[in-house]
Order: sequence, then C-alpha cells, then structure tokens
Amino acid sequence: MNTISHYMSGDHKQCDELFVVAERGVADGRWADADAAYALFQQAMEQHFAMEEEVLFPAFETAAGSSMGPTQVMRVEHRQMRELLQQMQQAAAARQADEFLGASETLLILMQQHNMKEEQILYPMSERTLAAGGDAVLERMQALRTTHASG
Amino acid sequence: MTASTAMLSLEQTPPMAVPFRFFLTAPLFGIAACLLAGFTGPDILLSRWQPALLAVTHLFTLGYLAMVMCGAMFQLLPVLAGVQVVRNTALSAAVHLLLVAGTIALALAFVSARPVLFGVAIAALSAAVLLFIAIIGRALRRARSLHDTVWAMRLALFAFAVTLLFGAWLAAGHAGWGALLRRFTDLHLAWGLLGWGGVLLAGVAYQVVPMFQVTKEYPRWLRRVWGRAVIGLLSLASALLMGGLSSRSAGYGLAAAFVAFAIITLRLQQRRLRRLPDVTVDFWRLGLAAMILAALLWLLQPWLPPAWAARAELGWGVLAIIAAAVSLISGMLYKIVPFLVWLHLNNRLQAAGAWQGRIPHMKQVVGERWTRRHLRLHLTGSVLLLGAVLVPRWLFYPALLLLLAAFVVQLRNLLAAVLLYRRVAAQ
Repeated sequence: MNTISHYMSGDHKQCDELFVVAERGVADGRWADADAAYALFQQAMEQHFAMEEEVLFPAFETAAGSSMGPTQVMRVEHRQMRELLQQMQQAAAARQADEFLGASETLLILMQQHNMKEEQILYPMSERTLAAGGDAVLERMQALRTTHASG
Repeated sequence: MTASTAMLSLEQTPPMAVPFRFFLTAPLFGIAACLLAGFTGPDILLSRWQPALLAVTHLFTLGYLAMVMCGAMFQLLPVLAGVQVVRNTALSAAVHLLLVAGTIALALAFVSARPVLFGVAIAALSAAVLLFIAIIGRALRRARSLHDTVWAMRLALFAFAVTLLFGAWLAAGHAGWGALLRRFTDLHLAWGLLGWGGVLLAGVAYQVVPMFQVTKEYPRWLRRVWGRAVIGLLSLASALLMGGLSSRSAGYGLAAAFVAFAIITLRLQQRRLRRLPDVTVDFWRLGLAAMILAALLWLLQPWLPPAWAARAELGWGVLAIIAAAVSLISGMLYKIVPFLVWLHLNNRLQAAGAWQGRIPHMKQVVGERWTRRHLRLHLTGSVLLLGAVLVPRWLFYPALLLLLAAFVVQLRNLLAAVLLYRRVAAQ
C-alpha cells in the first residue's frame, strides 16, 4: 500500500529511531557516537520538513483553497521543533548532557503529538482533498527526499 | 469541512487553567483522604462498610482519580481525538466546582450520616458527571479521528454514567430514601474503577505509551476488542447480579482482561526503544504490577478462609485504587504537566513575536530528583498500607504518613511547575 499516510508515517518512525540512538549516545556519554547519530537524525528531520513544507502543504493549500488551514499550525510546530533541534545541537557541541536531554525530552513530546495530528488528521485529510492528485504529490516528495539524501 | 474549522481543530491548546485547575486539586484530596483515615485510626481497616472508610475511598476515587481524569480529558481531547471543546474554560470550571463540592458533601455525608448532605452530594455529583458527559460526548460525536482511543473514550463515558446511576441509588439508600442495596456496591465500584477508569486508561495508553516511551504499537486486536469486552462483561455482571445470580463468571473475564492488558503493556515497555531512566515508566510498572496483583487476589478470594474475606476486599481496594490507579495517573501527569508548561511559555513567546528565547525545558519544569522522591514515597506507602490491612496496629500510621508525604510532594511538584510558568511568563 503506497499512500501519503503510509509513506509519511513510516518516515516518522524512522525519525523516532534515529532520535533514540542519538539520545542514548548522549545519556551514555559516548559523544562521538552521539554526534554522528544526531547528524543523521537532524538530516532526517529536515528532509521530512522539506517534503511537507515544499510539496505536501502547498499542494494541500492549493486544493483546499486556503493557506490558513491546519498546515499553518503544522508549520508553526515545525518551527518550534527546529528551535529545540538547535538547542540540542548547541548542547551537544558544548558537551552538556543535561541540557541536551532536557531539550530532547521536550522535542520528543512535541514531535509525537505533532505526528499524531498529522497521521490521524492531516494526512487522511490531504488524501481526500488531493484525491487523484495524491499520487503525483507522493512521487514529488519521494523525489525530493532522494535529492536531499544524495546532496 | 472548511479549512477554518479544520484549523480550529488542529490549533486548540486549551488555556492553562483548564487542566491545571483539576490537576492541582487532586493531591489536596489525596492529602484530605490520608488525614481523615489517620484521625479515624487503624479501626478504619476492620471492614469496607465503615462510613469513614467509604468517605476516604470517595476522596480518592472522586477527589483524586476522577478529578485528574476529567482535567486530562479536557486537555487531551483536541490532540487525541482532533476536536475542540467549545467554551471549555467556563464549562470545565463548572465541572470542577461541582465535582469538588459534591465530593466534599459526600465525604461529610458518610461521616455525619446526615441525609441532607447525601442529597447535596447526589445533586452536585450528578450535575458534574452529566455536564462532563454532555460536553465531552458532544465533542466526541464530532471526532474525526477514528482511532480506537475515540471509541474507548465513548465507552468510558458510558461507564461513568452507569457508575453515577448506581452511586446515586446507593447514596439514596444511605440517606434512608429507600432500601440500601449493598450488593450493588460491587457493581458501582466495578463500573467506576474498571469501566470508567480502566477503559479510559487503556484508550489513552494506546496512544501515549508508543509515543512517549517509543514502543511498538499495541496489538490491533487488543485495541479493537479490549474496551468493548470490558464493558460487555460489566453489563453481563450487572444483569446476572440484578437477576439474583452470581456474577463470578463475568468477573473471571474481567480479571483476565486486566491481566492481559497489564502484561502486554509491560512487555511493550520492556522492549521500548528509548531506554533512558524514566520515572514515568517506573510509575507505570508499579501501577501495572498492582493491577495484576489485584486481579490475582480477586481470583484467590473463594479459596481464602472466611475470616480473611474482609481483609482480601480491603487489600483489593488498596491495590486497585492506591497502588494501581494513583500510580498510573501520577506517571502520566509527569509527562503532561512539564510539556504543557513548556508549550504555553512557547506560545506566549511566539505571540509576542519572538522565536528565540530562553524557555526552561521539561526537565527544568519538574526536577527528576523530586519526581523520584514522589515515586519512592508512593511505592513504600502503598506496600505498607497493604501490610496494614494484615497488621493494622503496626503499619497503619507509618503507611499513612508515607502516603501523605507522597501527595504533599506531588502537590509541591505541580505547584513548582505552575510557579515556574508564572515567573517566566512575567519576564
């Protein structure tokens, strides 16, 4: 089954797994591993944000005829998450484990409730709104991810 | 659906006061329950039918458990079910006020045996529960998420209504307005703790356990069947008992359902990806272990000598209410409260047009040292209270002192979060 919901929910899972590895590295004081894991996590997050902000959200807004809908709220939360990612990165650079883990705990909850709203409401809503155009949007997101990953 | 209604449903964080009013009140009722039990003395553990014990029990179940559950539902509904509660500030304040007044009236009614107080309690609690069901039920009807959680919430609301019905009936009996049908007490208790409490807890767990602890999803069959099975078995038990038959067969099913839920949750948590020390996971483990022990104790009951029957009933109450329900709820609060403080501070910052700013992160809102302290006090207090059922003379006061301290520490932790919010928000 290849739908927007299925594909993007799977990507959320991958981000979760990378998050856990990075956090674990910091908690164990394995900073070199943590740095590497954090870099992968941050890259995956940025890719995911890009797929939504550059492809899915604009397509949804065009189809729904408004840019003030739920996508606006999702963009705000992306911005909050980027803020926490930055705090985590700074804490990692300064080797401040408590600071990192406090920010990561906060990010985890923010990210999870955000994902839940997307998976249960926004993605199904996008599929209905985009209807037949959904497949093309999905392909463009997958293409964007490939270019990001290779670039 | 238009884009603007969709926006409402995704935006939606209720004002801080909505859930915190309930959350801050709950430990106060925990403290009141410990004090009332303490002043009554160890004899309170002689039988479950003593008025003072009934008062203490309701301070815990209504004043603590239902209090947090109502507040949490106002908060979680927009996120878990994708619906906004209309005019939620005023309505939640009304539910809170009625619930507080009704709980106090009921406790006083048991202690003083004055019919007029039972009348006040019945009126206030009926109004609180029915208003709550009307508000949340209306929101759930509009829920666009078809997740099993939404179904669990609907079933839990139904169980809450049945609990109220039996409760009002029993209270009227206590007041002398008709026969006091003690055998319906177990139905009242089962619909309240297992139906309203258990089904809501499971419904919320389907989402928050995988999310916050990064575990696999609960098995689909469990999410589909569990809440319906519990409500079905409770209905069966009610029909049997009201028909004058034994409800034991339905009880076996309920015990099996709760043991299955607890074991599956413990296994999910044991294999969780996020393996950091997490005090909320420890609260969950304590609560789930107590849930299993409560079910086993209930299964053992027919084989216990008759002299032990009263102790087994009291022990079940300690396990189910204090060790299981209070622990699970405390564990959830330590995720919800710090996150809400962070979220509201963040929203304020953005409303002021700033994106960069120092906001305390979750671990600075409620320090881990203090949440651990709460866990240790609650764990030892619960174990000692269980022991006090067997040897009241030695263990009763130490157990109550520890539990009292646990609720005081919880209140301190919640207040610290609110004060931190005020301080940062004032800057």
